[in-house]
Amino acid sequence: MAKLIELKHLKKYFPTSKGALHAVDDVTFDIEEGTTMGVVGESGCGKSTLGRTIIHLHESTDGQIFYRGKDITQVSKSEMSELRHKMQIIFQDPNSSLNPRMTVEDTIREPMKLSKRFSRAEIDDRVNELMHRVGIDRRMRQAYPHELDGGRRQRVGIARALAMDPEFIVCDEPVSALDVSIQAQILNLLQDLQRDHHLTYMFVTHDMSVVRHLSDNICVMYLGQVVEICEAKEIFRRPLHPYTQVLLSAIPSTDLNDQRERIITKGELSSPINPKPGCRFAARCAYACEKCMQPQQLAEVEPGHHVACCRIHELNQ
Amino acid sequence: MPELNVQAETQERDRHSHHHGHDHHEKAVKRSWKDSNFYGVMQRFAKNKVSVVGLIIIILLVLTAIFAEQIAPYNYRRIDPAHANQLPSAAHWFGTDAQGRDIFSRIVFGARYSLSIGVIASLVGTLLGILFGALAGFFGGWVETVILRICDIIQSIPNILLCICVSQVFGSGFFATAMALSVYSIPGTTRLLRATMMSVREQEFVEAAKAIDCSPMRIMFKHILPNCMAPLIVSFSMAIGMKIMSSAGLSFLGLGIQEPIPEWGAMISAGRRYLRVAPHLVIFPGLFVALVVLSFNLVGDGLRDALDPKLRK
Repeated sequence: MAKLIELKHLKKYFPTSKGALHAVDDVTFDIEEGTTMGVVGESGCGKSTLGRTIIHLHESTDGQIFYRGKDITQVSKSEMSELRHKMQIIFQDPNSSLNPRMTVEDTIREPMKLSKRFSRAEIDDRVNELMHRVGIDRRMRQAYPHELDGGRRQRVGIARALAMDPEFIVCDEPVSALDVSIQAQILNLLQDLQRDHHLTYMFVTHDMSVVRHLSDNICVMYLGQVVEICEAKEIFRRPLHPYTQVLLSAIPSTDLNDQRERIITKGELSSPINPKPGCRFAARCAYACEKCMQPQQLAEVEPGHHVACCRIHELNQ
Repeated sequence: MPELNVQAETQERDRHSHHHGHDHHEKAVKRSWKDSNFYGVMQRFAKNKVSVVGLIIIILLVLTAIFAEQIAPYNYRRIDPAHANQLPSAAHWFGTDAQGRDIFSRIVFGARYSLSIGVIASLVGTLLGILFGALAGFFGGWVETVILRICDIIQSIPNILLCICVSQVFGSGFFATAMALSVYSIPGTTRLLRATMMSVREQEFVEAAKAIDCSPMRIMFKHILPNCMAPLIVSFSMAIGMKIMSSAGLSFLGLGIQEPIPEWGAMISAGRRYLRVAPHLVIFPGLFVALVVLSFNLVGDGLRDALDPKLRK
C-alpha cells in the first residue's frame, strides 16, 4: 500500500518566556493509505499538536511532511487550499468545535460554499446526503449546536470534516468528551466512513481501549517523542518500551481472574520546556541507568516494531 | 420553536425523498420570516417583561421627542417673569423655572437633545471601539500593543477632563459635545472587544474554520465577531445612559450644550441655584435622566439575554 503521510524529523516548538516548549520533537513515521494510525500518550505529550502540525493548523518548526510523496512542509496559498480539502480534523470537544451562531446546515455547508467547487443545488444535495450519512435527522437542519446533545454535535463536526471529500482525517480525541454509550456509536460511524470512503485516519487518544478497537498501527508518544511504534496487535501482545508497558498496565480489566500487575511509576512528568538530552522517561523509569542519559534512537527491534530504548535487548530477553 | 410546524409538515416528504436520492420539494419549503434570527431574538426579548417596560418607556420618550411641537403646551422659550419658580399646577404640570418658562414643555423638547446626544455619542464610541478592538485582536503584535498603550493613555486621563479638552478643540455645539462624550468610551469598548475575542478565538470552532480554508477575514467576521456581540450590545445600551449623564455633567460645568437649549443636564445645572426655594427645577429633569438611564440599562440586559442562543428555550 502507498504511503499517504510521511513525517521526517518533524518538530514543533512553542516559544515561552522560560524557553522553547518541545511539543513535538523529532517525530518520524509513515501512515499508509486507508489505515488508521493510533497515537497514544498521556495529556501534554504533544499528540494533538502533532495532528494539528501535520494538517498545517500549526506551522512546523523543523522537519518535513510529505503527502503522497510530495513535500508539503512549505506550501503556497493555493496549494494550501487544496490541502485543506484533502486533510481534515475532527475535534475533541463538540461543545466548542461548532460555531454557536451557525445552524447545523450552515456549518456543514460552509466548507463547500468556500471552495466554489459546487453549485448551490449541488451543495443542498450534498448537505442532505452528509446529514443522512452521519445520522442526523433532517429536522435538525435549522437547529443550533446548543440544542443538540453531545453525540449529535460530534456528528455535525464529522459531517463538516467530510464535506470536501477528504482523504486524511485527524481525529483529535473525538470520543473522549462523550458518554460511553455514545462513544461506541461514533466509533462505529468513523469505521463505516473509513470503509466507504477509503479514508486514512490519524487517531489521537489517551484511551488505549479505543485505539485497540480501530487502529492498524499504534504510535506511543512521551513528551513530544515517539517511544514505540508498531502494529496494533503487536503492541498489545508484546509491549517493549517500559513506558508502553506502564501505559498498558493501566487499562482497566473486567476479567476477575486477571492477575496482571499494575505498574506504578514514580515521579512526575518532567517539563517539556528545554528538556535535557537523553530518554525523557528516564526519570520515572524503573530500569533507568547511565546510558539512558544519552539521546535515544528509534530502532527496529523486530520487523515492523520500532522502539526508542537503549536497554531494550537486556530488558526483553 | 417557530420552525417546528413547518418542519413537521415537510418531514414526511423529506423521508420520502431520501430514498430517491434527491428532493425536488426542497425549493418548495420556503423559509418564512418567522424562521429568521431577528424574529427569534424579538420573541425571547418579549418574554422579559421588565426589559419590555424599559423599551416601552424609550419608545414613548422617542415619540415625545419627535412630536414635541404637538405635545408641549407652551413655547419652551417663552419667558414669563411674573410666574417664575411656580410649583406644579394644572396650568404648569411640572411648574415653571426661574425665568417663568414651562418646565414640562422644556423637558418635552429636551428629550430631543438628551436622547440623541446619548445615542450618537455611544454609537460613535462603540463603533470606533469595535474598529480598534477588532484591529488589535485581528493583527495582534505591535498593532495591538500600540492600540492598547493609547487606550492606557486615554484611560489615565479623568473622563471629565478629557471631555473638557475635546470640547475645547471641537467647540461647544451639539456634535462637538457628542464627539467629546464618545472619546472616553472608546478605550473601554476596545478592551472589552479584545478580551472577548481572546476567549472566543481559543475555541475549537475557530480552528475548524481555519481547517476548512476560511480566510482570516471570514474567520474574523463570520466566526469570531458575531460571538463577541452580546457584551458589546449591553455596553452600548448602558453607555447611552452614561452619556446622557455625562452630557448633563458637561452642561453643568458650562461646557457642552448651553442655555437656552433645554437639554436636561443644562436644566439641572440652571436649576441648582434655586434648589432650596424651588427644588422641582432640578427634580423633574433629574427624574427624566434617571428614567432614561434605567430604561436603557433594562433594555441592554434584556437584549443580552435574547441574543445569546444558549438561553433559547
